[in-house]
Amino acid sequence: MNARLRFTSLRIALTVPVLLLMSVFVFMMIHLVPGDPVRTMLGFRATPANVRQVTSSLGLDKPLPQQYLDWLGSALHGDLGQDYISHESLTHLLAQSLPVTLELTLVSMTLAVLVGIPLGVQAATGRRWVRRLTEGFVVAGISIPDFWLGIMLVLLFTGTLGLLPPSGYVPFTQDPALNLRYMLLPVVTLAVAETAYILRTTRGAMEEVLDRPFITYLQAKGVRRFTLMFRHALRNASVPIATVIGIQFGVLLGGAIVVETLFALPGVGRLVVTAINQRNYPVVQAGVLAIAALFLLVNLITDLVIGLLDPRVADGAGQ
Amino acid sequence: MSAPLLELQDFSVAYRTQHQPVSAVSGVSLAVNEREIVGLVGESGCGKSTLSLAIMGLLPTATRISGSITFAGRDLSMLNEEETRQLRGDRISMIFQDPMTSLDPTFSIGSQVAEVITAHRRVSAAAAQSRAIDLLREVGIPDPAARYYDPPHRFSGGMRQRVVIAAALANEPALLLADEPTTALDVTIQAQILTLLRDLRGRHETAIMLITHDLGVVAQTCDRVGVMYAGQLVETASVGELFSAPRHPYTQALLAALPTTEHSPGSLRVIDGRVPDLTDPPDGCRFAPRCPHAMPECRAVPPLAADTDGHQVACWLDPLTRAAAGGTGSSGAGDSPPLGAEHE
Amino acid sequence: MATQGGHGTARRQMTGLRGLERRTKVGACILAVLVLVALFAPVIAPHNPEAISGNLVLGAPDAAHPFGSDALGRDVLSRVMFAFRVSLAVAAGSVVLALIIGTAIGLTAGYFGGWVDTLLMRPIEMLLALPALLLAVSLIAIVGPGSLVATLAIAIIYLPIIARVVRGSALVVSAQPYVEAARARGSSHPATMLRHVLPNAAPPALVQASVLMGFALQIEAALSFLGLGAQPPTSSLGLMLSDGRDVLSQAPWVEVFPGLAIAVTVLAFNLFGDGLRGRLDPGRATR
Repeated sequence: MNARLRFTSLRIALTVPVLLLMSVFVFMMIHLVPGDPVRTMLGFRATPANVRQVTSSLGLDKPLPQQYLDWLGSALHGDLGQDYISHESLTHLLAQSLPVTLELTLVSMTLAVLVGIPLGVQAATGRRWVRRLTEGFVVAGISIPDFWLGIMLVLLFTGTLGLLPPSGYVPFTQDPALNLRYMLLPVVTLAVAETAYILRTTRGAMEEVLDRPFITYLQAKGVRRFTLMFRHALRNASVPIATVIGIQFGVLLGGAIVVETLFALPGVGRLVVTAINQRNYPVVQAGVLAIAALFLLVNLITDLVIGLLDPRVADGAGQ
Repeated sequence: MSAPLLELQDFSVAYRTQHQPVSAVSGVSLAVNEREIVGLVGESGCGKSTLSLAIMGLLPTATRISGSITFAGRDLSMLNEEETRQLRGDRISMIFQDPMTSLDPTFSIGSQVAEVITAHRRVSAAAAQSRAIDLLREVGIPDPAARYYDPPHRFSGGMRQRVVIAAALANEPALLLADEPTTALDVTIQAQILTLLRDLRGRHETAIMLITHDLGVVAQTCDRVGVMYAGQLVETASVGELFSAPRHPYTQALLAALPTTEHSPGSLRVIDGRVPDLTDPPDGCRFAPRCPHAMPECRAVPPLAADTDGHQVACWLDPLTRAAAGGTGSSGAGDSPPLGAEHE
Repeated sequence: MATQGGHGTARRQMTGLRGLERRTKVGACILAVLVLVALFAPVIAPHNPEAISGNLVLGAPDAAHPFGSDALGRDVLSRVMFAFRVSLAVAAGSVVLALIIGTAIGLTAGYFGGWVDTLLMRPIEMLLALPALLLAVSLIAIVGPGSLVATLAIAIIYLPIIARVVRGSALVVSAQPYVEAARARGSSHPATMLRHVLPNAAPPALVQASVLMGFALQIEAALSFLGLGAQPPTSSLGLMLSDGRDVLSQAPWVEVFPGLAIAVTVLAFNLFGDGLRGRLDPGRATR
């Protein structure tokens, strides 16, 4: 167990520098804008007086390293600055929008895993028509643009069937049932592509594992087929599957940006997009940082889970 | 004499491939009695592994099988999948050649022994675990209670093979198929494992079919031996008889090829020629193309015939075979009387 | 008699080599048609995509307008064709750019190895740490929206993948004796890289690029949909999808066909690339 603890703490420790690096990149965003970012932000209101005022209020006249340290310092204290248009606290904005994005992405991923993995196992071991069907689904799922699928779903369920609302959001804590009604289409939209990827990876990994000698040995022991597939084969196949889930979460976050815009969900993704169109750089920075941090966190958890699944990884004794 | 535990009658296996089918086993009739250690010896590709897989029902679906396998009176080909599964690991067990790849790397060794118990018996997990620990101790794993939880990669090859054996014997099977169990291990460990197998046979009263290409292993461990060549069973005898009085030309050549201190160093006797291509095997006796005594009759399959001691041979040179075939040189290809072990 | 199941039932046989080739061929055929459409759109489009017509507003698909007409009476089919040109151009441009830059970086890193490798590949790998769309969105946030920026952004997203693939092959190829021999014969570094290492390290990158085309197209569509890619009056498929939402219930065809166009194109690229990759190195998961 000691080795595992070491592996875990090492992995966590490695995340910190990446997070810092990312914060630098995000911080630099506003400074990479061609021309004067304040002028761009203010647009037609860019009188010299206004420019000077906003520049100093944003602390943009101080030397770069100091700006970064100031920014980092207050960020660690929970103060990420202000939305310069509405002067709302960015921390507050994020606190409101992150849960929405989290709900969207986590539920989608969970759905995709619950559907994709068993189907993937079936695709590796089932009859011919099952394989053909899943293959078709995989190809369609990967090729169809998710936001178009979302729109088609809206067309079907809202337009034609009138079953589900096309947009809007209600927090889960406020009204669970209504929240689920609003989230159903967005979640399904995102989950389809994810399911396709997970299915494909599961199928490939299972096929590879089922070719290995220890499977024959398990059969020789008279182990039940279900045990063989889901306890042994799947566990051995789980490393590539978990890896893909980690990577796909990033894709999912990207997709969430679009889906939130599509369904008017007040999440971080839509926040960022709106802010970009408004040239509201502080919000863009905070939003990008939040999404990137979320992605890093998920990857960390994925890596730790992989360490749990395969004892060889934690021990460092690769084979 | 009681009925044999395992009986193969005119058993053949052909693998279907994209090209010609591969005739891996042809017309084999063999018996294994209870508590007996029978060796099955032959070079790589002679079909001995295929035979063991066939008994376990582990051949790929693209195979054509003919003949019969009877175990404890039941025709194995008539069993459905669930019945076959119930036999495996319970009445018939199998251990494989490479211990490094036999175990699931993501589970502890102890759980892999316990699981063969729970797959076939209604016992609690705790009971299975405790029995597994006993088994691990019996096969010589040190500190079994603690090492129960260790994953396979923390063990050497010899140790892993012991774990595999423990799992194989957990349910006290009547028959254990051991496919080259020591080939991947070094010689000192090999001796330990073979001794272990003999001991376990004594304690658990299990019959063992030991498949190997190594005549030394056979001499050390087996009661009886069968010799296979290119899918055909050419001779069976008790170990002593086989080594002292081999009757089949192939067996004789094999024994002659063993390095001994008598021959001058640097001169190993070899058998001329090559193993036949099993997609297009020769008619009749498959050793004929390489046999120094080949005759025209050898184009028909010689039946396996036995003498009063149970020494069987399939060769037209041998008077036993000629007598079994009714005095004439040729009988239809594929004809062989059931194993002669029943001759009173 | 019942054939012994066992090992056979643990895994059915896969479609053989023929299945793979078929996939590639089908993909290639579709792509050929699509590329022709894109190239000759001005010639084969049935109507002027910008032609506004009052009485054709939101007309359902018929013989004259197979894809129907939109809110301004414009022929959807023609619009799709021209928008397709733009989307394809962005996707192709970005992948080609990623290919060129990524190959250059990967080749250099793999050829020289050592500290050059580390120096070049570390920042590249950091780019991979961010989700693709997020990175693109961030870059556009800085520079401002537009097709050109989108092309650049997508190229930046995908060049690490190309660089990694090329670096891997280049490492292996550079260690081969014939490369050493070339150096011994006095060939300079650049010449050796170009003449000996590149031809052998390139193929996997090209295969990867064909798969990336599909993804690039999707990202372009997403960016345009968000208003961050192609800007009006230029029309791309993503932009059409965004506009089509306004009339979704009355005239769904305005929304359906651009999306279908994207789906079919991505499908074709995937089929083509997957088949190729299966040939080259089976068993590798994609992005």
